[in-house]
Amino acid sequence: MSVPEEQDYVGLTELPSMEKGSDKFSQRSNGTTGLNLKATELRLGLPGSESPERDVAGAGKSAVVCGAKRGFSDTINGVSAKWALSGNGGSETSLGKDSMPNSPKPLLHEKKQPQISAVPPKEQVVGWPPIRSFRKNSMASNPQKNGDDEAEAEAKGGCLYVKVSMDGAPYLRKVDLKNFTSYRLLSSALEKMFRCFTISQCGSHGISSHDNLSESRLKDLLHGSEYVLTYEDKDGDWMLVGDVPWEMFTASCKRLRIMKSSEAIGLAPRAMEKCKSRN
Amino acid sequence: MPRIAYAFPDEVLEHVFSFIHSDQDRNAISLVCKSWYEIERWCRRSIFVGNCYAVSPVMVVKRFPKLRSISLKGKPHFADFNLVPEDWGGYACPWIEAMASAYPWLEEIRLKRMVLTDESLELISKSFKNFQVLVLSSCEGFSTDGLAAIAANCRNLRELDLRESEVEDLSGHWLSQFPDSFTSLVSLNISCLGSEVSTCALERLLAGCPNLQSLRLNRAVPLEKLVNLLGRSPNLVELGTGAYTSEMQPDVFSDLSRAFVGCKQLKSLSGFWDAMPYYLPAVYPISSRLTSLNLSYATTESPYLVKLVSECRNLQRLWVMDYIEDSGLEALAVSCKDLRELRVFPSDPFGLEPNVALTERGLVSVSEGCPELQSVLYFCRQMSNAALVTIARNRPNMTRFRLCIIEPRKPDYLTLQPLDAGFGAIVEHCKNLRRLSLSGLLTDRVFEYIGSYGKKLEMLSVAFAGDSDLGLHYVLSGCDNLRKLEVRDCPFGDKALLANAAKLETMRSLWMSSCNVSFGACKLLGQKMPRLNVEVIIDERGPPDSMPESCLVEKLYIYRTVAGPRMDMPGFVWRYTGP
Repeated sequence: MSVPEEQDYVGLTELPSMEKGSDKFSQRSNGTTGLNLKATELRLGLPGSESPERDVAGAGKSAVVCGAKRGFSDTINGVSAKWALSGNGGSETSLGKDSMPNSPKPLLHEKKQPQISAVPPKEQVVGWPPIRSFRKNSMASNPQKNGDDEAEAEAKGGCLYVKVSMDGAPYLRKVDLKNFTSYRLLSSALEKMFRCFTISQCGSHGISSHDNLSESRLKDLLHGSEYVLTYEDKDGDWMLVGDVPWEMFTASCKRLRIMKSSEAIGLAPRAMEKCKSRN
Repeated sequence: MPRIAYAFPDEVLEHVFSFIHSDQDRNAISLVCKSWYEIERWCRRSIFVGNCYAVSPVMVVKRFPKLRSISLKGKPHFADFNLVPEDWGGYACPWIEAMASAYPWLEEIRLKRMVLTDESLELISKSFKNFQVLVLSSCEGFSTDGLAAIAANCRNLRELDLRESEVEDLSGHWLSQFPDSFTSLVSLNISCLGSEVSTCALERLLAGCPNLQSLRLNRAVPLEKLVNLLGRSPNLVELGTGAYTSEMQPDVFSDLSRAFVGCKQLKSLSGFWDAMPYYLPAVYPISSRLTSLNLSYATTESPYLVKLVSECRNLQRLWVMDYIEDSGLEALAVSCKDLRELRVFPSDPFGLEPNVALTERGLVSVSEGCPELQSVLYFCRQMSNAALVTIARNRPNMTRFRLCIIEPRKPDYLTLQPLDAGFGAIVEHCKNLRRLSLSGLLTDRVFEYIGSYGKKLEMLSVAFAGDSDLGLHYVLSGCDNLRKLEVRDCPFGDKALLANAAKLETMRSLWMSSCNVSFGACKLLGQKMPRLNVEVIIDERGPPDSMPESCLVEKLYIYRTVAGPRMDMPGFVWRYTGP
């Protein structure tokens, strides 16, 4: 195993990841700045100043990777878990293993589809631009000032921030429905938000080879019937997402749930009937 | 050893200390010697805890037995932007309970980004006989029922301020719980409430409270009602209107104008939801008195905004939407020579194309025309190094500079270069800069500048910037006064973090999300630094210890603490515990 050149000043980098990533690190550090990192004298500034040798020994023990479990980051390589409604895949959270050294994270909007319509809606990065929820909610209920307010202008008393849960995921997220103008965008954002959970699901199924995680291996999450996207409406009923026009959906959606398909059986007919009885 | 410290009786020292109010000075006093520590701790009346997990309620109560006022902050700042999952923590309950038994004479509680229940509110209302001030800033977890308890039981309440909290609005009737005999209210801020509050109850309350100086209504209060309310509170200094819109009625207009004039102390206006141009001129008669104007919810077109702002020649603080445009900011620069703080918010942050003519030019104008300008928050869609350098040279007295170029990693639009030089000029010229937020295309170079020049910098926010660990290293090793660092989507990783581990104990907190820090580094840091809580927000199932060391963590929050690991970590937050 090659010893990474940074070992001297950090002293703790016997981590196995370095063998895969060390090329990238050297590449990145030398290529980017032209600096020899040693020259900057990054030293482990811990109190008690342990010697590098001791740290190496210590790290060696703790750095043993258990068994055959893949690195989480390796898992994400090349993954493009897809929601059925979303046209574009793309690894928003690619952890930099196969991208250029100087820009480890590809920009979201660099992966956009070629523009077909006049104003293609922008994909949302969580928490960017940094605007507080209170302000977003207030603005969302304002009519837009510009001329082109076909979609945005309405939404009186519609739901804004809704909680999103996913079966099997350890915590809830929130999305602002006003950020989206179509189901495609919503599902694309949810896919990104919950990608890590779906991966762990696949991981637990024991996929052995890690360099071939292509779309064909991971089921399309909506059409592939592993998960379905459902929502609770104002009446408290659980409905399948996608059955009603977008505006109607945002006006009535109280919360979202990414449900296992097995549990969602029986939802579809109810949604249809409810729709019919409404119209 | 000379016993000089004991030459004065304790009472004399205590009397001297009673003139010292600043927390830093008080902390310094307590370090002089043991007896001063003892005297000081018995007479400290007010405490600020910047991170509620840095210390435990038990420790605070034990050290300071006679507190009257406490301020606590909970969640990390990035929780405002949805980056912190639900149920992460920041619970006020253990604090309230500890204080309820220890401080029967507690007067003031101020919480920010904490979770508070109705039960806690009820406990507050019943435990503290002289309770006076409740400020809940960006808090959540409670409903109007809890507020009803406060209204009903806190006989001496002076301030009730719910700024930007998420309140479950069960009914507007909680306001009626203030008894008829209630007279002490000085400040009321209910601007965050969604539903209607009873105007009758409001009127009754205002009639009974002649000392009311600050009133911030919620959007549901219609403009016509505002006139009545203003009539009953002639001593107002700060007013937040409700919805500033109505059918165009001349008598409403003139009544409103008269009502504004009738409040002879009125200096600050906010609210203005859905502001109609027709009613803005009602403010003109008092415009020269105004020192603070928050129009950030007024979706009014530029000319009307500009006219209003130009009338307010003594304005010190302006919050406005980008509808004001460059031309409006130029007018501001000409009219408002006393301007100290400017915030410009985006009207269409998620749109692809600019919807208003607001660019870097507006900010440059203000920097040129307003010599007192110190604090800026500016959202825009283009920036240049030249503009930033100009701003920096114009305003070396800047103390807070937060720039948000809406598109991540956007370069200088003129030269297509990174904005390193521009931000570098800001930190170089503005020697008293305490807070900085970066945006646009930035390399490690900008962090080199920040580390070299940002010696007074206390809080730094970084997103989509940098090339390597060097960036983080420059900041951690160079910024001597850094207290809070929050980073998202930057290629900063283990090396810089571990090499600057000791620095982390001198800071309040570090947030890193979507960076390149590995799980192994977190374990190591947690292992070596027992006075840090290194909390990883894990995003996959399974015992964290089985996660390979090379895994990159998605979210990391590190903070110094003397309280050890927190007891209320949810399942998705992991902290090193083993040997």
